[in-house]
Amino acid sequence: MKTRSGTLHGVSVALLGFLYLPIVVVIVYSFNATRHGVAWSGFTLEWYRALLGNDLVLAAVRNTLWLAGASTLISTVLGTLLGCGLDRFRPAGRRWCGRLLQLPMVMPDIVMAVALVILFSLVRRWTGWFQLGMGTMVLAHVTLEIPFVAIVVRSRLAGFDSSLAEAAQDLGASRFQVFWWITFPLILPGILVGALLAFTLSLDDFVLSFFTTGPGASTLPIFIYSSVKRGITPEVNALSAIVIAFSIVAIVILTLLQRRWLR
Amino acid sequence: MADCRTTAEQAEAGRHRCAVAIGAPAVLWLTVFFLIPLGMAAVASLLTAGGYGGIEPPVTAANYLRIAGQGTFGFAPVYPLILGRSLLLGLVTTVLCLAAGLPLAFWIARLPGMFKTIGLTLVVIPFWTNLLIRTYAWQILLSPEGWVTGVARWIGLVDPGAALYPGMFAVSLCMLCDFLPFMVLPLYVSVEKLDASLVEAAADLGANRWNVFRHAIVPQIRSGLAAGVTLVFLPATGQFVIPDLLGGGKTALLGNLIQQQFGPSMDWPFGSAIAMVTLAVVLLGLWVASLMGGKQGGAELL
Repeated sequence: MKTRSGTLHGVSVALLGFLYLPIVVVIVYSFNATRHGVAWSGFTLEWYRALLGNDLVLAAVRNTLWLAGASTLISTVLGTLLGCGLDRFRPAGRRWCGRLLQLPMVMPDIVMAVALVILFSLVRRWTGWFQLGMGTMVLAHVTLEIPFVAIVVRSRLAGFDSSLAEAAQDLGASRFQVFWWITFPLILPGILVGALLAFTLSLDDFVLSFFTTGPGASTLPIFIYSSVKRGITPEVNALSAIVIAFSIVAIVILTLLQRRWLR
Repeated sequence: MADCRTTAEQAEAGRHRCAVAIGAPAVLWLTVFFLIPLGMAAVASLLTAGGYGGIEPPVTAANYLRIAGQGTFGFAPVYPLILGRSLLLGLVTTVLCLAAGLPLAFWIARLPGMFKTIGLTLVVIPFWTNLLIRTYAWQILLSPEGWVTGVARWIGLVDPGAALYPGMFAVSLCMLCDFLPFMVLPLYVSVEKLDASLVEAAADLGANRWNVFRHAIVPQIRSGLAAGVTLVFLPATGQFVIPDLLGGGKTALLGNLIQQQFGPSMDWPFGSAIAMVTLAVVLLGLWVASLMGGKQGGAELL
């Protein structure tokens, strides 16, 4: 029994190491002094300094944050409303909505991306709307994020005592007052977790952006992809290391929030 | 009394109307930007390619026949091979992730207190770290001077100067690394709730380790297994970035084929047809998963 749990320890630690291999290698090589090849030749912060002077990178950072912010705002509002309403739908409606929310979550993103490309191009031909760029990317990202927000908010609501809302209603509160003073404060943690998830999803996305982007609307993942296609440089590693650092911070915050509020 | 019931019913109907009203914008959004585009792709897949990404009549089944292997000069196995390769790679990735994910999920679930949270967070971090970055990093790791290649050379698995990428090996390894968290997290949720007394009872009654696993553990973690398999197999089958960066020319998958048609080849109807085939695989996979016992693929891990 002892040796069996020892093996399990060993295997599991090795698997965790395997998971972190790519993350570690990117961070390590972002500090490597040599420009070409993977031989280690000393520590430098040169590549991080170079990023600050790169206008393309700075524009991509701006676009990425703008895209994530705008899409998070829209998807959080829409997803929260749906998450609140979903359990009051008639059973058939609830079942169909459940499927509608599940499908975008498990579908290969490329299928969703090309379907949107077709929609955008057809509507553009008739009306001139949907010129590819930041706008179309926001539309695509919101579509991806709504299901995640709705499901998080709904699961938060599922554990909530409806007698409070009923009591308020019996005491003469209007439907809006009930929502604003009782339901909303209770689900606020769920909304914040949902919003943080939506933001992270947007930062992580490459495929949707790649297909729905237009001239001058590059995001960090698009920039990283096109750089890697030309050959990995230390600057790209430095940029990726920063992105990784941001993800780690976001996840630690998310974990702490969830521990505090959702348990 | 009758009056009272009517008001209760009215209140219920009012609540239902209100719920539909607040849910409507999101449902409308998903209809306009998800369902309708999929419908358009379905229609496009039955039409003919015009110049510069155009979609024109006449209606034809030619795109699907092409995927099934009909070429200009008789049977051409290129596309059936890509379809088969995608399904096989999805399957291999799922099996590898299961083999690695089960021990990891059990290990984390048995860690004491604080360490459990840390262990879980350590799996969640790669889960939410940019897939593109974790993928291109394997180019470094598997290059001739890369760390992994170095170890393989030391063991004697590869010749000096050789690289481990591009190729199917690199794609599979990276798929395992990228999708393992998607398997571990739902499995962990199930394993966490596992009733250990059933496992002990089975062992006390003389079941061997395989039978304990098969009859006392698997039925209890069925929903986690279904969710994990769904979350790995479906995205893996449509992957585009991993084979694109690590596969080289000879390992195209469905995702790459779609990208090619919407990119350089400008054959949107054919691309749509491949997307529809991918969608069919997804729906089939979801159906199988629901038979396996997962009601909400992936929903439970949020």
